[in-house]
Amino acid sequence: MIIAWNLFTPGAALVGGLLIGLAAALYLLGVGRIAGISGIVATPLRALLGQSKLLAQPTELLFLAGLLLAPWIWQMAAPLPAAAVDVGPLALVVAGLLVGVGVRMGQGCTSGHGVCGLSRFSLRSLVNVLAFMGAGFVTVFLLRHAL
Amino acid sequence: MTRYLIALASGLIFGLGLIASGMTNPAKVKGFLDLLGAWDPSLALVMGGAITVGVLAFALARRRRRSWTGEPFEIPPGTLIDRRLIAGGLLFGIGWGIAGFCPGPALVSLSSGLPAACLFVPAMLLGMLAHDYFAKR
Repeated sequence: MIIAWNLFTPGAALVGGLLIGLAAALYLLGVGRIAGISGIVATPLRALLGQSKLLAQPTELLFLAGLLLAPWIWQMAAPLPAAAVDVGPLALVVAGLLVGVGVRMGQGCTSGHGVCGLSRFSLRSLVNVLAFMGAGFVTVFLLRHAL
Repeated sequence: MTRYLIALASGLIFGLGLIASGMTNPAKVKGFLDLLGAWDPSLALVMGGAITVGVLAFALARRRRRSWTGEPFEIPPGTLIDRRLIAGGLLFGIGWGIAGFCPGPALVSLSSGLPAACLFVPAMLLGMLAHDYFAKR
């Protein structure tokens, strides 16, 4: 392991992380719910499948609206940071499908299991986080150094 | 009304945090996942910062019976560790490693019009739908 000091952005990472934690705290203490993105997105999807009503969970929809508003609000103050993607369209679609199936099967992602689950010392969440982190490490290793 | 405003503000702050942290940049996420290459530890600090606040929040929540707006806490009660939990995590991790997107940053990037997210997010939603469709029947 070589730490890429030139890429490491500890200040931004910490400020961003604290904001994410603050948002999860506000959602928990304010409305009593877990800020888990994959679960929150599932609400409108379930409505699409006719498995529940769209407005059955308005707080989830409003959280989602806030999330989608974020880049627009950000742009009022500053340009968005650059984003670089190093895979092609087919890989993006395959990755999207895997993430979609995976987060629903495991019932959570980086926010629900990662941030919230670890914050409440859930062993179930820890197991899921270890699985996706481990798979992420192996996948990037294979793509960058083995294939 | 208050709880709707809190929900909107929570989502907004969450998204601003994702942007500020650098996690809406897939290259940065993959830099973290490239443990044996040139490793960028930033994501660990993002998680550390978020979890520090989160631990305090859950400690406060444990002392209360209801949220500020009167709703009971809806915290997943499950403790079951099964094959689905692990397989789901593995599939998610593979997709995360390929693209560098997880659901939150992908949605934020879709909203800002990043072309890659315009492919990734519909595929992700399709994956979720496919899972829920087959899992429920």
